[in-house]
Amino acid sequence: MSAEQTVAAQPRQQKEPEAGNNRWREALRRIVSGSWAVSLGAVILAVIVGSIMIAATDDGVRTAIGYFGSRPGDTFSAVGKAVGGAYAALFRGAVWDFHATSFTNAIRPLTNSLTQATPLITAGLGVAVGFRAGQFNIGGRGQMLMAAIAGGWIGFGLNLPPVVHMLVAIAAGIVGGAIWAGIAGLLKATTGAHEVIVTIMLNYVAFYILGYLLATPGLLQAPGSSNPKTAPMKPNAIMPHLLGGKFNLHWGFVFALVAVAFTWWLLERSKLGFQFRAVGENPAAARVAGIDVKRTTVYVMLVAGALVGLAGVTQVLGTTTTGFGDGIDAGVGFDAITVALLGRSTPLGVLGAAILFGAFRSGGATMQAAVGVPIEIVEVVQALIVLFIAAPPLVRAVFRLPQPGSRPRRTTSTAAEVAA
Amino acid sequence: MSTITAVPASASVSADLRHVVVVSRKTPIALAIITALAALLYALAPRPGYTHFRFSESGDPVHVPTLTVDGMTTAWLSVVIITALVVVSVAYVAAKRKVPVWVPIVFALVAIVGFLAWAGAGSTAEYPVVSLLRGSMLLAVPLVFGAMGGVIGERAGVVNIAIESQLLFGAFGAAIFGSLTHNPYVGTLAAIVAGVLVALVLGVFAIKYRVDQIIVGVVLNVLVYGLTDFLYSQVLVPNGTTLNTTVRFERLAIPGLSQIPVIGPALFRQTILVYVMYITVPIVWFALYRTRWGLRLRAVGEHPQAADTVGIKVERVRYRALAIAGAVVGIGGAYYTMVSVQSFGREMTAGAGYIALAAVIFGKWDPVRAALAALLFGAATNLQGTLSVVGAPVPSQFMLMLPYVVTILAVAGFVGRSRAPAADGTPYIKE
Repeated sequence: MSAEQTVAAQPRQQKEPEAGNNRWREALRRIVSGSWAVSLGAVILAVIVGSIMIAATDDGVRTAIGYFGSRPGDTFSAVGKAVGGAYAALFRGAVWDFHATSFTNAIRPLTNSLTQATPLITAGLGVAVGFRAGQFNIGGRGQMLMAAIAGGWIGFGLNLPPVVHMLVAIAAGIVGGAIWAGIAGLLKATTGAHEVIVTIMLNYVAFYILGYLLATPGLLQAPGSSNPKTAPMKPNAIMPHLLGGKFNLHWGFVFALVAVAFTWWLLERSKLGFQFRAVGENPAAARVAGIDVKRTTVYVMLVAGALVGLAGVTQVLGTTTTGFGDGIDAGVGFDAITVALLGRSTPLGVLGAAILFGAFRSGGATMQAAVGVPIEIVEVVQALIVLFIAAPPLVRAVFRLPQPGSRPRRTTSTAAEVAA
Repeated sequence: MSTITAVPASASVSADLRHVVVVSRKTPIALAIITALAALLYALAPRPGYTHFRFSESGDPVHVPTLTVDGMTTAWLSVVIITALVVVSVAYVAAKRKVPVWVPIVFALVAIVGFLAWAGAGSTAEYPVVSLLRGSMLLAVPLVFGAMGGVIGERAGVVNIAIESQLLFGAFGAAIFGSLTHNPYVGTLAAIVAGVLVALVLGVFAIKYRVDQIIVGVVLNVLVYGLTDFLYSQVLVPNGTTLNTTVRFERLAIPGLSQIPVIGPALFRQTILVYVMYITVPIVWFALYRTRWGLRLRAVGEHPQAADTVGIKVERVRYRALAIAGAVVGIGGAYYTMVSVQSFGREMTAGAGYIALAAVIFGKWDPVRAALAALLFGAATNLQGTLSVVGAPVPSQFMLMLPYVVTILAVAGFVGRSRAPAADGTPYIKE
C-alpha cells in the first residue's frame, strides 16, 4: 500500500517547477495530498467521533439537554466540560501530569506511555514486515502467547547468571514467536492455506495451550498455587529499569528501538528485505526475477513472528514480572495491526504510531480513573483511525484535500512538463 | 543458484494451472490419519470398564432404556467401521468419483461415539445423549447463522471477516430492544437491523472505497468490540434493569415430532430460533442455486467482469448480498441475549464469528456443508462440558482447541480441495 504510494510520489519529486511561487504551492499541495495529511485527518476525524461518544454518554450533558430549550448554553458548556475534562485527563495520563508537585511525578506519565508503547513497537514491526511482503499476520496474539510461554518458562524455571539469563529468555521468546508464525508461513508455502485464517486459528490454539499449561501443576503453574498463573520471574531474567526504580520504563524499550533499526536495515538495505518487498509488490514478477517465492514466504513469517515474539517476551520479562496469566498479550497482538496500518508499514512510522497508541493506553487508564470515561473509548478511536486511513478518498472528501493525482490548473509550466 | 531453482519452480506452477483437479485424494488421506490416531489412542491408553449412554429424560412419553456397553469393545468396533469407511472413500477415489457427503458424516458420527465410549469407560456417570444432542444443536445456532451469512457474502465476492462483529452487535441490539419491549421478537428484529448496519459499513468501505476487505473486517471487529464495551459500561450497567434484562424465547415443543424417542426432545423441543435455523439453511441453498438472484450473485462472485458485461449491476448485487448476510448473522446474534442468557455481556460472542468463518471454509462455501461443519464445531464445543462430567482424561482445553485445529487442517487442504469463489476478496473496478 505504502510502497505503491511512494512509487507514485517519486516522479513528482523529480520535477521542479521553475518559479519560486510555484515551488511553494507545489510543496504545499504535495503535503496536503500526501499520505501524512490523510493520517492526520483520520486521527482528527476519529477524535471528533470519540468526543461525540463521550458527550452523548455523559450524565451532565444528558441533564442539560433536558432543558435545552430554556438554556441552550448549559448544554454546550456541559459538552465542553465532559469532552475537555476527558481529553485533559488523557493528556495528564499520557504526557505530562500538570497536577503533580515534583518533576519526577509530572514526567512519569510520559515514561508510562513509552512502556506501553514498547510491545506495540515490536509487534507492530512484525505485522508491518508481513504487510510489506504481501502477507497479513493476524496471529500476533498467538505469537506473543507462545513467546511468553517459551520466554517465561526460561525466565522462572532456570537459574542462570545475570544478563545471560535475560538474553537466553529473550532468545527463547523470539524463537517461540517465530515458530508459531512459521507454521502459518510453511502451510501457505506448501499448501496455499490462507495465512489470515491460519493465524487467526493459531491464536486460539496458542490461547488454549497456554490455558492448559497454566492449569496443570508441574508445567507453567506456580508451585503450590491453584491459580492459572505462573511463578514470578527470577531476578536475573528481569529486564532492568532504564531510568531507575522510580519509573516503569525498562530495557525492553531499548530493544524495541534496536528492532526498529534492524527492521529498517532489513527492509531497505538487505538482500532478504529486497526479496520480501519484491514478493509483496508482485509475486509473479519476483518469481520471474529468480526469487524463490515459497521460501521467501516462510522467511517473512519467521521474521514477523520473531519480532512479535520479542513483544511477547518483553511483556513477561519487563512489564509483568510477577508471573503471568492468559491475558499477558493485553490486546497488543491486535493493536499491532492498527499500529502497522497507521505507521504505513515503515519502521519509523510504526515507531511513531506505537508511541501514539501507547500514550492512548496510558492516558486512557487515567481518563477512566479520573473522569469515569471507560478506557474502551480508546479502542474505538484507534479502530476509527485505521478505518479512515484505509479509505483515503473518504478523508480527502471530508477535509476537501486535493487528490494525489490532481494538478493545479493554473501552473502551465508543470502542465507542459507532463505533456513533454 | 537462485536462477537455477527458478526454472523448475515456474514450470511446476504453470503445470499446476493446467492440471484440472477432478478427484481429490485428500479426503481418504485425512480420514485415514484420523483413524490411525484413534487406533493409536485406544491401543496406548486402554480404559477398562463400561460406558453408559442414557437415552431418556424424565417425562418422556416413550422410555428408552439406558445402554451400557463395554468401553474398549465399542471403541475398537468404531475403529473397524471407520476403517471400512476409509476403504469406501479410497474405492471412490480409485474409480475417479467424488467421495459422497455421507461418508465423512457417518465417519464423524461413528468416530465421536467410539471416542465417547473410550472416554467414559469405567465411569459411573451416564452420558445424557438427549441433552448432548440438544446442547450441540443450541451451541451451533450462532455458528450456523454466521456461516450462512459468510457463505452469502463470499459467494458474492466479499470476504466477511466481520461475522464476529455482526454477531456481537446483533446480541447488543437484541439486548437493548428486547429489554425495553419485553418482547424477544422485537429483540430479534433489532438484532437483524444491527447485523445489517455492520454489514453496510463493511459494504461502504469494501465496495465503495475498495479498502482491503480483510482489513475492514478485522478493524470492524475491533471497532464493535470497543463500541459495545464502551456502551455496556456507560449505558447498560447503570441501567441494567431497564436496558439489559431480556425476556428469553420459551422452548416450544412441536406436536408429533417432539414425541419421537431421543431425537424428538433433542431437536424438536427447542426455541423458535433453532426452528428458524432448520429452515434457513435449505432456503439459503435454494436461493443460491435455484433462483435468478442466486445465479447473479454467484456470477458476481466468480467473474464480476463477465457479470457486468451481461448487464448485472455488480456493486448493487454485492451491497444487497451483504445486507442479507448481515440480517442472517444478526439472527444468530440474537441467540446470545434471547436464548442463551438474559443479559448482554462484554465480548460475549468470544470468537464465534471466527469459528463460523472457519465453518464457511471447511464447508467449501456451500450452505449445507457449511451448516454441517458448524454443527460439528457446536458438538465439539458441547463435548468438553460433557467429558468433564464423566471424568474423561482429556483436558478441556484440548477439546476447545479442536475446532481451530480442524480448521487449520481444512484450509491446509487435507480435507478435500476448498476453493474460494474466484473473485472473493477483490473489489470490482468498472472500466
